[in-house]
Amino acid sequence: MVFDQARFTAALFDPEREVPAGITSHTHPAPEKRFAVYRNNVIVGLVDALATRFPAVQRIVGEEFFRAMAGVFVRAHPPRSPLMMDYGEELPDFIDGFAPAAEVPYLADVARLEAARTRAFHAADTVPLPPVAFSSLPAADLEGLRLRFCPSVAIVRSPHPIVTIWAMNADDAEPVPIEDWRGEDALVSRDGFEVAVRRLPPGGAVFLSCLLAGETLADAARTAIDETGAFDLAENLAGLIAAGLAIEIGGGEPV
Amino acid sequence: MIGPMLPARTGIGFKPEHFDGILADPGPIGFVEVHAENYMGDGGRPHAQLAALHERFALSVHGVGLSIGAEAPLDRAHLSRLRRLCDRYRPESFSEHLAWSSHGGAFLNDLLPVPYTPATLARVADHIAEVQDTLGRRMLLENPSTYVLFAESTIAEVDFLAEIVHRTGCGLLLDVNNVFVSATNHGTSAGDYLASFPIEHVGEIHLAGHDATVDDVGAPLLIDAHDSPVADPVWGLFERAIARNGPLPTLIEWDNNVPTWPVLRSEAAAADAVLTRHAAARAA
Repeated sequence: MVFDQARFTAALFDPEREVPAGITSHTHPAPEKRFAVYRNNVIVGLVDALATRFPAVQRIVGEEFFRAMAGVFVRAHPPRSPLMMDYGEELPDFIDGFAPAAEVPYLADVARLEAARTRAFHAADTVPLPPVAFSSLPAADLEGLRLRFCPSVAIVRSPHPIVTIWAMNADDAEPVPIEDWRGEDALVSRDGFEVAVRRLPPGGAVFLSCLLAGETLADAARTAIDETGAFDLAENLAGLIAAGLAIEIGGGEPV
Repeated sequence: MIGPMLPARTGIGFKPEHFDGILADPGPIGFVEVHAENYMGDGGRPHAQLAALHERFALSVHGVGLSIGAEAPLDRAHLSRLRRLCDRYRPESFSEHLAWSSHGGAFLNDLLPVPYTPATLARVADHIAEVQDTLGRRMLLENPSTYVLFAESTIAEVDFLAEIVHRTGCGLLLDVNNVFVSATNHGTSAGDYLASFPIEHVGEIHLAGHDATVDDVGAPLLIDAHDSPVADPVWGLFERAIARNGPLPTLIEWDNNVPTWPVLRSEAAAADAVLTRHAAARAA
């Protein structure tokens, strides 16, 4: 029987299948326990990769639930590339459709936040514009201003307080009940080599999304005000300057 | 095509949590090794650490995702990423495994076994030639830990590796723990394997810890776990290899249950003591 990697692979992902024909050992002609080493390596290795990327998700649902959920995910969505840093991009959407996780409605958004954190961690290095680059701009130029942002920047919007939930499930933080349950928009970026997660002020997610899409400051502010009257342009602008998110100032044309 | 080489000293598989410790007190470390795939992001701390380490130490880039033993053609996109990484850091060594890890576009994240036949030999040799042509350098091929055999295999692993070297001009990475694990798992002699290994083509040695369990009939089954100190029989085989060949670049791999830096450093120091003793004996 000639070895066949397709049959071997199918048997790795399906514990009900027999040891593929052609596989043998010096002790037993169909070495179930030996083949199980490969099955275990593959599934446990991929589940471990997800646990590394999504530690707050695991903490929220507990290790046992997480590993069971991740095991289902791994079989349905094996990685498409050898870069484990990229593995799990589809996990948030998978969680949305994973019935046993339905009673934790914010879980998928926490996963989206954690996925964005890994992307930010590995994003290209850029030099932020110093605050003085903005203060020296003539006020008349501000309206038509376009900005280019460092590639680590991502926005995760949620109807749940995901920044609060993520922060109290990160590292050694202690989860406490959330009194004021309201949606939060997360801004993920990198300060130097450290990934930062900030809570965006009202309208901030729309404003920043427009800027990221290459719209002018004036257009972005108008869209944000349309969404919420609570949008404060000065506060949002100061926030993005202080966070060092912009790397280049452009003029009237998209940058 | 041989290019730069690792120093015949001891090295460690780099873990980011050891970065400060290594720079503050490297002990006998002469080189560091990283898994290529962990440094294929665009930027951030991984690249900053790698650049800082390579300023001070020789560098070995060790791939775990190229799937050289696959039935399918090599992943050209991944090969291009490897080339960019090697061009950027100019490591003293690049190595990969005699194994496959991808099928049908899915990456399986494990080093899976290859039958040893004339057909698989031709395919692996073609893949290695392509890697060497693309990277513009000689690579080292590592002997695997295996848990099963293939009924169709007709070539001994050592002969398979020697023929690959003959056809492609690649070098070998001798993983002494893998020698012990596979020999135990298949009821063969690790000493005989080592004695017939074409050691003149070895550019690097790996040492690591393994776990022990039993197979379907209660026979010993060792798992290449990289989660513990190097076992005594593996130290013994290492000593024999160095006695036969003289000092070679020797890496401690400890990838799971990662110890503190001083523990890993003392494991490297134990390997260094063997290298130093045999270097002195040869000089005498």
